[in-house]
Amino acid sequence: MEEQLTCKESENIIELVDLTRVFEDGMVAVDKVNLKVKKGEFVTFLGPSGCGKTTTLRMIAGFDKPTSGKILLNGQDISGLPPHKRPVNTVFQRYALFPHLNVADNVAFGLKLKKIKVTYERSDGSRFTKVEKLSKAEIAEKVNKALKIVDLEGFEKRSVSTLSGGQQQRVAIARAIVNEPQILLLDEPLGALDLKMRKDMQLELKEMHKKLGITFIYVTHDQEEALTMSDTIVVMKDGEIQQEGTPLDIYNEPANSFVADFIGDSNIFSGTMTGKLKVRFLNKTFECVDDFAKNEKVDVVVRPEDVFLMDEGKGQVDGKIVSSIFKGVHYEMVCKIGKTEVVVQDTKERKVGDKVSIYIRPEDIHIMAKEFTANKYEGYITKKNTVVFGDGEFACDVTQLYPGSFLDEEGYLITAEGEKIDLTDVDVEVEVGLKDIDLNDVDTLEEEGGAVGNIVSIIYKGDHYQVIVRTDENEEDYVCDTEYTWNENDRVSVSIKPEAIRLKLKEEVKR
Amino acid sequence: MMKKVLAYGFLTLVLLCVYAPIFILIIFSFTDANIVGQWHGFSLELYKRLFTVERLRNMIVNTVVLALLAAAVSTVLGTLGALGMFYSKKIWKKVLGGASNINVINAEIVIAVSLALVFSMFAFNKTYYSLLIGHVAFCTPFVVLSVIPKLKQMDPSLYEAALDLGATPRKALFRVVLPEILPGIVAGFMLALTLSLDDYIITSFTKPAEFDTISTYVYNAVKNTAKSELPAFRALAAVIFLIIVIVVVILNVRAGKKNKNETFMKKEIK
Amino acid sequence: MASSVKAVARENYAGNEKKTFRALFKRSYLAIPYGLFLALFVVFPLFLIVYYAFTDKSGGFTFNNFVAFFSSSTYVSNLLISIGIACVTTAVCLLIAYPVAYILSRFKSARSYIFVLLFIAPMWINFVLRAYALREILNLFGLLGKTNFLNTVIGMVYDFLPFMILPIYTTLIKMDKSLEEASADLGGNGAVTFFKVTLPLSVPGIVSGAMMVFLPSMSCYVITDTFGNSKVPLIGKLIESMFGTNANWNMGSALAIVMLIIMFITMLLTGGFKGEKETTRGNAL
Repeated sequence: MEEQLTCKESENIIELVDLTRVFEDGMVAVDKVNLKVKKGEFVTFLGPSGCGKTTTLRMIAGFDKPTSGKILLNGQDISGLPPHKRPVNTVFQRYALFPHLNVADNVAFGLKLKKIKVTYERSDGSRFTKVEKLSKAEIAEKVNKALKIVDLEGFEKRSVSTLSGGQQQRVAIARAIVNEPQILLLDEPLGALDLKMRKDMQLELKEMHKKLGITFIYVTHDQEEALTMSDTIVVMKDGEIQQEGTPLDIYNEPANSFVADFIGDSNIFSGTMTGKLKVRFLNKTFECVDDFAKNEKVDVVVRPEDVFLMDEGKGQVDGKIVSSIFKGVHYEMVCKIGKTEVVVQDTKERKVGDKVSIYIRPEDIHIMAKEFTANKYEGYITKKNTVVFGDGEFACDVTQLYPGSFLDEEGYLITAEGEKIDLTDVDVEVEVGLKDIDLNDVDTLEEEGGAVGNIVSIIYKGDHYQVIVRTDENEEDYVCDTEYTWNENDRVSVSIKPEAIRLKLKEEVKR
Repeated sequence: MMKKVLAYGFLTLVLLCVYAPIFILIIFSFTDANIVGQWHGFSLELYKRLFTVERLRNMIVNTVVLALLAAAVSTVLGTLGALGMFYSKKIWKKVLGGASNINVINAEIVIAVSLALVFSMFAFNKTYYSLLIGHVAFCTPFVVLSVIPKLKQMDPSLYEAALDLGATPRKALFRVVLPEILPGIVAGFMLALTLSLDDYIITSFTKPAEFDTISTYVYNAVKNTAKSELPAFRALAAVIFLIIVIVVVILNVRAGKKNKNETFMKKEIK
Repeated sequence: MASSVKAVARENYAGNEKKTFRALFKRSYLAIPYGLFLALFVVFPLFLIVYYAFTDKSGGFTFNNFVAFFSSSTYVSNLLISIGIACVTTAVCLLIAYPVAYILSRFKSARSYIFVLLFIAPMWINFVLRAYALREILNLFGLLGKTNFLNTVIGMVYDFLPFMILPIYTTLIKMDKSLEEASADLGGNGAVTFFKVTLPLSVPGIVSGAMMVFLPSMSCYVITDTFGNSKVPLIGKLIESMFGTNANWNMGSALAIVMLIIMFITMLLTGGFKGEKETTRGNAL
């Protein structure tokens, strides 16, 4: 057992342990990343720009030093090693070919610097070692071989500036692999190519990976690229790994709504568990296969191709088609159900305005825990400069919508630039922290507003209770953290301090 | 059409004004009259004097050698400075960059007197060393200014690529960064050369008493025409002009049409 | 026998781990020589100037040098004449250079290049030699020694014109041509397009050209000596004489400080026009 474990460990060519990089300006680019990469794997770091994927790659290459944490290569910490001593090579985003050298000299650059320790044996059996450079013939042979792999034979003497983007890309790859690195790092290498070229190169890189048998670590923000090429995808966001798995896993079982949204097209709904294997969203309870606690707030992800359109009344929920675009193989249609839009992909077209019904199979409903940090509502401002949301009306501070503004005696908002704005009926996004909601017995409800509802769930969270209050009218939920004990089905009033209501304009108000 | 004629006419007029003095000198370099405007018949006497009178010859050699030396020192110092500055922390970048730019903006006379004050404290005051230092102090900032943009234009991943392929930082600098910024270095050298050749004020404050460059000689000769070899300078002007024409033609032929801009625009930053 | 030696093993050699000077090398260290040079021969001299300006001959602290400067009508008028000459020179240069740069910038690229070169080439002839050439011409026309002020301006314009043409030309060439097309498209005629679009957009070039002409022409006494028979007193000449014939280093330093302040003010004013980023060459780094 013990032996097996070490054997398994040694399969990991690279291991990141609590790898962290904080930039000089305090930005945390990579936050305690832990990752194991197996020998010979094609691993892709996928994420939006600024997610830390390139920084992670640069730390593996040695261009950036980790603030803390370790990079283990074959079990040995290399985080202190300068880049020229690491057995890894990089294919750079914009190729970074040396403009003053021709194709062959670019490819030979690393070989000419390489030193080899050669052990000689004399005829009497005694041995001695000598540090040598590679001979010219050896270099030429290796360069030829590398250029052959990337399909660029005959380009040796060409100046790199005369090559097309795709050819430069190949030279960059040849220049890296000619050094026989243990790991090839690729930093968005196809980003500068046009679509057709990119597709071809994806397949070629995949082929090359098979042929060379070395580990590829690939960085991209293109989810399709990642799905096509990788053995393992590591989805990153804000310096943290969101999910790690095979392309199939990541596509079918996204770990959270971010991954779901980033990989492929998805409909993401806010939902609530209403019972065992039952989830309520789109104002309707659906059967599902993921088990979550009753009353838990969840994100529901449904892929557009998993939504079936049926004639009105025949599916689970009825709606109306509001747009339809032909996308080549299928139509992409938007079906409006209540206030929510559902994107649907189907080969059969429905006309805009058609009344339809949708059907989603239980196994196509992917439910993931919601990172619930604040209550979010859509609301509007009243004449009295209060805000209406969640079936209630609350006093609030509207001047936060415009920094430096204030209210004049008539109730108009004067901005810092001196403009006068009437906020009546302006749509806003409202955010209220979990701790900022006060619950009171309903009979103490004061005149000034608030909302009324029933407690539908109480979860004990160690040192406090998380209580969910649901209103009658539109079934809006207030989630609040409280130290007081309540009982389920208690009828309570919700009040929020004006300064705790955070407002954001939905769109710029016309002045 | 009318507009075009006016435009060309204007350009021609300005060019005429720019070149008239030079051409007059060249024309009268082929006669040995002491005063421009008098024609004593065709003669190459002034050219002969230019290359045979020892004082003249020495002065020309002095000027060229000084300029080459100052430009070489400035180029090395400035290139290293630009590289170091470029890869330093922001604060050092600002401090060094600011200090470097002082002499770019400063009036030559202020540079000259401030240097004279410093040199007066040292034994090498008014020697060839003080002269060289003066020229280097004046020229180096311009080298820095022509190298820095090249560093900025350079793809930063080139240096990283060299490291990645096994080069030590020093090798990466020599084999990748230096070739990449070479045009800027060459332009900086040329600029330093012309600045040094042109300089009068700093030279006059830092040079040894017996030492003359073209600038100081002509300046003094113009003020005191009587005993000088001033007419020979008409021949010198002609020779310099010829060299310029040759260099321009060679560069034109050699450089591709696009690259020309850079080499010739070098004086623009002055 | 050499042939009896054969290689039996080859392995990659990563170099030995020497924590030597080389390992401690940082690219920023390359600036050290230049940094020291700047400190010794640029910054320190300026401090010396300040020191001399605020001391008297015995080395005691004093404001007298400045008091003497501003209470002497000769000195002050010298300063005003310098500024006046610089202003006139800059204006004349601009009037000639702008049309030249504008016409050049309209040429087809290949041809314009040769023309631009024609305007720059004289700069490579020694500055004093060029002044001498012009002096001979003025002599031919009989102007020398008669119209000193005019001669000085002619000389300055002759010497500094290329410095005005180049930056304006560069700005015009780099300007997005579609802006002018847009103006024409929106109904602006030639004049409107020029005054509302081209001219405002070329202001940065004008400002940096003006700086390159204004600052040196304030102190370039070589030209006044050559053309103005030393009759046009420039502040530069005054400083020179304080360090030369008059041998009053303290006064000379005070004058240098006055010049520095004027230059600083000019930089500040023009910097204000263009925003900090483009302050001529000051922020080129």
